[in-house]
Amino acid sequence: MRRITLLAVVAAIVASGCSSSGDAHITLYSGRSEDLVQPVIDAFTKDTGINVVVKYADSADLAGTILEEGAASPADVFFAQDPASLGTVALAGLFETLPNELLGKVPSRFSDDAGHWVGTSGRARVVVYDPTSVSEATLPPTEDAFVDEQWKGRVGIAPTNGSFLAFVAAKILIDGEESTLTWLKGMAANNSPTYPKNSPIVAAVNAGEIDAGLVNHYYLLRALSENPDVVGLNYFFPEPTAGSLVMPAGAGILSSSEHKDEGRTFIEWLLNDESQTYFADETFEYPMVPGVAANPALPPIDTIATPDINLSDLAGVLDLATDLVADAGLL
Amino acid sequence: MIDIDPNALPQTDPIRRSRVSAAKAPWWLWVASLLIVLPLGLAIVALLVRVLDATDSAWSTLLSIRTLELVWRSFALTALVTMAATAIGVAGAWILARTDIGFKRMWGVAFALPLVIPSYVIAMVLVSSSGPRGLVAQLVGFEIPRLTGFPGAWVALTLATYPYVYLITAASIGRIDPALEEAARGLGASPWRVFRTVVLPQLRPAVGAGALLAALYTLSDFGAVSLMRFDAFTRVIYAQYSGRIDRSPAIVLSIVLILFASVIIWAERRTSGRGTTFSSTPNRPPALHRLRGAKHVLAVAGLGTVVVIGTVIPIGVLTTWVARGAYHGADISVPWNAVVGSLTGGSLAALVAMVFTVPIVVLAVRYASKRTMLLERSVFVIFSLPHITIAIAVVAFTIRWARPVYQTMFVLVTVYAGMFIAQSTSAAKASLLQVDPAVEDASRSLGRGPFATLMRVTVPLMAKGLLAGGALVFVTTLKELPVTLLLSPPGFSTLAVRVWAAADELLYTRAATAALILIAMSVLPVYFLSIKPKAVVER
Repeated sequence: MRRITLLAVVAAIVASGCSSSGDAHITLYSGRSEDLVQPVIDAFTKDTGINVVVKYADSADLAGTILEEGAASPADVFFAQDPASLGTVALAGLFETLPNELLGKVPSRFSDDAGHWVGTSGRARVVVYDPTSVSEATLPPTEDAFVDEQWKGRVGIAPTNGSFLAFVAAKILIDGEESTLTWLKGMAANNSPTYPKNSPIVAAVNAGEIDAGLVNHYYLLRALSENPDVVGLNYFFPEPTAGSLVMPAGAGILSSSEHKDEGRTFIEWLLNDESQTYFADETFEYPMVPGVAANPALPPIDTIATPDINLSDLAGVLDLATDLVADAGLL
Repeated sequence: MIDIDPNALPQTDPIRRSRVSAAKAPWWLWVASLLIVLPLGLAIVALLVRVLDATDSAWSTLLSIRTLELVWRSFALTALVTMAATAIGVAGAWILARTDIGFKRMWGVAFALPLVIPSYVIAMVLVSSSGPRGLVAQLVGFEIPRLTGFPGAWVALTLATYPYVYLITAASIGRIDPALEEAARGLGASPWRVFRTVVLPQLRPAVGAGALLAALYTLSDFGAVSLMRFDAFTRVIYAQYSGRIDRSPAIVLSIVLILFASVIIWAERRTSGRGTTFSSTPNRPPALHRLRGAKHVLAVAGLGTVVVIGTVIPIGVLTTWVARGAYHGADISVPWNAVVGSLTGGSLAALVAMVFTVPIVVLAVRYASKRTMLLERSVFVIFSLPHITIAIAVVAFTIRWARPVYQTMFVLVTVYAGMFIAQSTSAAKASLLQVDPAVEDASRSLGRGPFATLMRVTVPLMAKGLLAGGALVFVTTLKELPVTLLLSPPGFSTLAVRVWAAADELLYTRAATAALILIAMSVLPVYFLSIKPKAVVER
């Protein structure tokens, strides 16, 4: 009897898990976390009636998965945190070319040259620092000075993290392979503490464990929204350098998709005023569509000293970036 | 107490290998066993074959000095974690089984509880509660040194793994005959001497079994070492995997880990094979040591310290995060989708693991041979693999060879069960060893076929161990992350995924909410694991 009850419970749970398939739907691979984007997706479904089945995971992992899946990928749309993951899929020729009216909504530097993906919200690389131990005036104009003796053991980095690797890839494009390797070796020799990802760096700065760290700009604002006692501050390098690069999160449609129209409708939704305002207010990112205001706590995107590189080239040097990080002894 | 027997691990015991072992195993036992082991095994072999033509740079990664250094670091961590986990686990089991310390039921559950807290949550909590601006300093005003690096990884993983040693040893203590100890005491031996020369040798295989699980867990862990910023082997595998388009370096590095694990399994087998066990159920309770004065204080303080660091601080910190977030207006709603996902995944995995545990254990106990030993050992090798390696292998394998089931619950549950079945075979084997083969012989001689005998005699008699094994698999599945992320069907989510994703965005309130629900869901199975079996099974 007990066994039958157990089986019935299990069967009921399984059935409830499998019973969601509306008429119009898309499968979304999201490298952006559920906490940040599910509200936008819910609003989309409510407005358009198109159901979105989401697979959440790390952006780089999902890019790798799409490469494995090839032409038979179940995904219709890939929504990633960074241009390197998007570029990986684009390089493999698995993205559809987006229509110009979509691409035209954002400044051309925030979308793919060939139109395979479009930026949906901007994320700036910054230095997060502890103002109780570092004054802003002593922070250098670019990340290059962090290899100096005075910063020994004080600046946290996340060498295995996707956004750090994208930053290294950008540095290769800007400064060349050799000087990037020299810089990485300098950071290693300077005993820069390494962390698995951005969020522990911000936590470590707030805890007084390190004085500064190379991260994306929005972590600090999110930590502040839950805990006003957080002490850290963001610093934007005044000179154009890889360390002040604005890298968009973005999306593209898989060429194997059978729901391309719905996919386009979805990306269009990400670029409408409602979603762009959500990204500005709730996730503290830069809106991509001109006319939508960024969070007042942030410096305007035009004032950030962004280096002149083509984001579509990042994926091409991603493996090299990982090799250099490994060569420098940071892996 | 959970019944994981010493002999549950791949080892031979010539005495108990019973007369049946000469018989030929029914073919369907092999078919059933291989159904769960072979798919994962094949996926991993296919992955390794694919790597044979890996790029030169992948192979040079493998042979670099850096790799040797990492092997050394992982080895040192594994060795020290295993030692600490063994000391804590055995001491806890002995105090709770052989002394008159009060509130045993409460201690028993609290002591086993870190088993259900994911190691990355333990690490996250320890990191953020220690240090000058840590939560402990803020709340109590007492500053504990910031835990990172080797000490941090050591503490976090010791807490995550000692419950294995504790649960298995506690089960074993319950089965050794107290008469021997009392005789030794009667002859004037001190309690310490009795423990060292009488109790410990009998526990040796059980302790070895727990230590093996602890060591393999440490070896495969990624979450705790990465948050503690300790450079272990898995961290590099993960970095090589997620940091490049070419995946072969990550796979090549996994080979080292497989070899490493094989050595540990082999070494454990070599040393514990000589252990003696008495698996008869003692017919009377042991005389309990009376704890008085300093000894009492010491025992309570020892247990208390472990429970405070491993259970009270994690749950306290998580609760504080939820409260602080709620105070500042953060969203603390229950992620129902993830709750359902965790329950579904966990219970199906436990069910499947229990079903396939039966043939594996029956083969190992009743038809012991070189081949069954290989079967058992392969189950442990799979348990020791980093989950990311298993995930990559299964994704590649199902896309190529099993496309229709790619990203389905079927594959996800099969992989969960296959990964964690080592725990349920450990638990069930102990139960089966206590079943006299004569009972089965009688059933057969009375005209029941081998299958009917298995279902109506053997399985009911080993039910206790099977259920304990299922509970262990359930709890471990709830904590699983990399395989869930890569193999789950779109739309499927679990609490572990919610914890990881929210913590990644520094949304501690949501991460803590999901973590607390996860812990609450695991408390019932842990309670079941840590109470005396009589209450549950012999109804």
